[in-house]
Amino acid sequence: MSEMSKIVRSISNLLLPFILIYGFYIILHGHLTPGGGFQGGAVVASGLVMVLVAYGSERFASWVKEKHLSVLESIGALGFISLAFLGLSTAFFYNFLAGKGGLFGDIPPEGSNPGALNTAGTLPLMNLAVGLKVIAGLASIVLVMGLASHYFKQGGENDT
Amino acid sequence: MSKRDLVGVISLLILVGFLGLGAASMREFGVVDRAYMDDYIISHSQDEVGANNAVTSVVFDYRGFDTLGEATILFAAVVGVIVIFRREVHE
Repeated sequence: MSEMSKIVRSISNLLLPFILIYGFYIILHGHLTPGGGFQGGAVVASGLVMVLVAYGSERFASWVKEKHLSVLESIGALGFISLAFLGLSTAFFYNFLAGKGGLFGDIPPEGSNPGALNTAGTLPLMNLAVGLKVIAGLASIVLVMGLASHYFKQGGENDT
Repeated sequence: MSKRDLVGVISLLILVGFLGLGAASMREFGVVDRAYMDDYIISHSQDEVGANNAVTSVVFDYRGFDTLGEATILFAAVVGVIVIFRREVHE
């Protein structure tokens, strides 16, 4: 894909921080409000895809390498599974941080309440891990497909 | 009508028949039957998990194994797309 006009690029520059903030808000507040790692990760990845479409996949690939996205996705997956294994003394996926105090260890009051960010034990950490995984996964899918479309346009289709 | 169409029509009729049987034996709309698990999660998720969002407490705590499978599906999708389109990146 080649880059689009200057108007599109400026508007995408303007919109990107808001989309990123909204996506990370959805990821971090997954244990309080609707949403979570998958949904917020999809929002952030769609912001990255907007930049990719506006600037073209070659320029985007010079900023964000597909190899780095793969590393990020592996970090997310490993973090998720290791958080699950850390509770193995009771059960797989046991929430070992809930109710222990400290970071994320508080218990909210019973019934409806405004909610505090440092509750829910391992849930925010798992949301972060899954969000990282979804961001890197979706962005690398679109990046690799964009690079491949450029390749096929140059006549690479007669290559086996 | 060819033999192929006949087989298709018969299998469609069987499918619709089973769907109708299933719909006829369903409980009435809005009537909650066995809701022990729902009641348990609604009344215990706040003090057991500590999350205000009961849906997230189910997705990441009570049924975390399901989410692990979901993440594995996403990983498999990414690996498949990269395997198909990767050759260009190296050349």
